[in-house]
Parts: sequence; structure tokens; C-alpha cells
Amino acid sequence: MGAQLRELRARINSTKSIGKITKAMELIATSRITKAQARVQASRPYSEEITKALSALASGAANLDNPLLTERANPRRAAVLVVTSDKGLCGGYNANVLRATEELLSLLREQGKEPVLYVIGGKGLNYYRFRGRDVAGSWTGFSDQPHYVNAADAGTAMVNLFLAGADDEAEGPGADGVVGVDELHVVYTEFRSMLTQTPVAKRVAPLEVEYTDEGESAQEASPTLLPAYDFEPSAETLLGALLPKYINTRIYAALLESAASELAARRTAMKAASDNANELVDTLTREANQARQAQITQEISEIVGGADALATAGSEE
Amino acid sequence: MAEMTVELVAVERRLWSGKAKYVIAQTTEGEIGVLPGHEPMLGQLVEGGVVMITTADDGHVGAAVHGGFLSVTGDTVSVLAETAELGEEIDIAAAKAALTQGDEDERARAGARLRAAGQSA
Repeated sequence: MGAQLRELRARINSTKSIGKITKAMELIATSRITKAQARVQASRPYSEEITKALSALASGAANLDNPLLTERANPRRAAVLVVTSDKGLCGGYNANVLRATEELLSLLREQGKEPVLYVIGGKGLNYYRFRGRDVAGSWTGFSDQPHYVNAADAGTAMVNLFLAGADDEAEGPGADGVVGVDELHVVYTEFRSMLTQTPVAKRVAPLEVEYTDEGESAQEASPTLLPAYDFEPSAETLLGALLPKYINTRIYAALLESAASELAARRTAMKAASDNANELVDTLTREANQARQAQITQEISEIVGGADALATAGSEE
Repeated sequence: MAEMTVELVAVERRLWSGKAKYVIAQTTEGEIGVLPGHEPMLGQLVEGGVVMITTADDGHVGAAVHGGFLSVTGDTVSVLAETAELGEEIDIAAAKAALTQGDEDERARAGARLRAAGQSA
């Protein structure tokens, strides 16, 4: 009896300290979400401006003949950039992204394209390494606070790979001797709300050109005619310089969304863990009290039994 | 005097926005000064360039801009940059140190930072 009580008390103590840790992690995640959301907000002006500049270019340029805008005749290889977290303890966050990735990979294989994996974040890297899958490239160490340089590193590598893929033949690399890719996809987690984060797969290259009069820029601006732009240097050169930056911006936005989602997922997971710990402490305390009560009852009945036995023994003499 | 709205935007944040009288920047074609009412244009800025803005109240804002674009539409001027720093935020000692060492790219950036901070490079 006494041993059981001691055991229960030890478990209560350890559960309480686990609860303290998870509570602390929950609070840290909560404070970081606000920062992550502020960073998403801060990156908006640039992406709006670059979209405006691109629409201006698209309407001003005589021909939209850029490799990043051209659909390849028969795509053979497709690069997939997966955005995962560096640390765990964030519930189903990584599992969801990786599942979405697997779906995309099998879809690409069905279409006869060979997928090439690129991974951001330690968890995703471990997942593929453990399964002995080839990872063509990886970037780690910034998943919860990504900076633009991180996105630019990954983005530039991907764009170069894409451009190198333009002259590839069925067997091996083409004239440039580099095996490139014909498509770029990104899988990341979209931040819907504090409770909902959805993994999404998007194609970033080749970019799809929308020939509409009511594009994103036209909706917010007044329906005036687009001004006739003067381009310095030529519109085609500008397009070539602007598009890779636009893709970097898209990847940066994906990283920011993922960071906010990771923190939100971690907060939810840690909140559930803290709640569980508290519940467990309650149950264990109740059990411990019962054990203590049983111990007292037993002691009393032992004393009473002993006294009875003594009294009976005395009267018989 | 006429005024125009100027936005100086880097990828990670908006650095400066407000009314201005005059903007100087260096595109890959050469230096350009933009006054209110300039014809619409889109230009690529040189690596390690400096953008100087004369604000409506005759103040000066300088910024070192890397990998940037200049877009002029009607009465707004937007400067888009991959990374940019305002002159007053630049660590002059660090930039001077970077100027003496580091590779060519880094030296060009350091030079731009010093010029934006109002120092001679």
C-alpha cells in the first residue's frame, strides 16, 4: 500500500513538470505566431508592387517569350520543393506536408514526369533520408524564422535548375551538360487560422499567364487605362530580371506562411499536451487520495482488530 | 511645388513611404532623376546602387538598394529592392570594414551603403 502511494506521488510530480514544459512551449509559440503574422504582413507591399510591375511589363512587352513563362513541349523532370519544420513537437504539421508531397509525387509519376526532391527543414530531410530516398538538395536551420536570403538561396538554385532544363534531351543533359528540370513545384502549409493549416502544392514555374482585363491589379485600382510604360533597359531584359525575383518572392511567401503554420500547429499540439498533463495530474491525485484513504482505513481496522484480539484474550483468562 | 508619392519597399518590409519632390536612382542604363509628372517607366537598378529622395519638407532620405527596380506611374514612384537599408540605419564602421575586405560584390554593396549614409566611399 505505502509503495503504491509513493509511486503515484512520483508520477504526479513528473507529470506536473512535463505540463510546465509544454505550457512554456505553448506560450513561446503563441508569442511567435504574432511575430510571424507581422512578417507576412510586412512582405505584402513588395509582392503587391512586383505584381503590379509584372502586369505592366506583360502589357507593355511585345512578346512574352521568356523560358519561365513557356510551357515545355514534353516535360520529363519536375522539381518539388517541400517546406517542413526543423523541430518536431508540432502535431501533424510535418506529416500533413509530407502526405501532400507524396500525393503530388505519385501524380507527377502518373503524368510520366520524374520528380526531383528538394527539402527545406530538418524533419523532412530526416524523413526522406530514413527511407533511403534521394534528396537533390536541402536547406535547414530557419524554418520558424525565415529570411529573404534563405528563400533567395533556394529560389535561385531552383530557377537555375529550371533554366538548365530547357535544352535537356531524353537521354541525359543537353548542350549545357547540366541535367535540369522542366517544372518547379512547391509544397508548403497555408495558414488559414490559428486552428486550421492546410498543406498546398503549387506550381511556380513555368508561370501561368492570365490574359484577363480584370487581373488582381485591375480589381484594386480604378479602371483607368494602364499607362504606356517606358522601359529601361528593354522590356524583354526587364522581364528576364524580374521573373526570377518574382519566383523568389513566391518562395519567400511560402516560407513565411509555413513558419506561421508551424507555430500555430505547435501551439495547438502543446496546448493539447498541457491539457492532457493537467487531466492526468487530476486523475492521479484522486488515485493517490484513494490509496492514502485505504491505507488509513487499513491501519484503523488493524488497530481495532488488534485491540479486539487483546480484549478477547484478556476475558478468557 | 508639385509632389509625388514615393514608396521604398524591400522584400521583408516597407522602408519608407511618403510625399517627395525629387528622386534620384541609377538604372542599368544610367542615372535618372524623377520629378513629379514624369512619364511612366520601369527600370532595373544597378547592383549596389543608391536611391536619394528629397522629401516634400526638403529633407533627404538616402538608401542603399541591392537588386532593385524602379517603377514610375503617374504620381507615384515605387522602388522595389531585394534588400535595402536606409542611410540613417547603416552601420558606417561595419561598411568601412567591408569595403577594405571581402569580395568584389561585397565591396560594391559596402560602397553603396557608405554613399547612402552620406559618407564618401
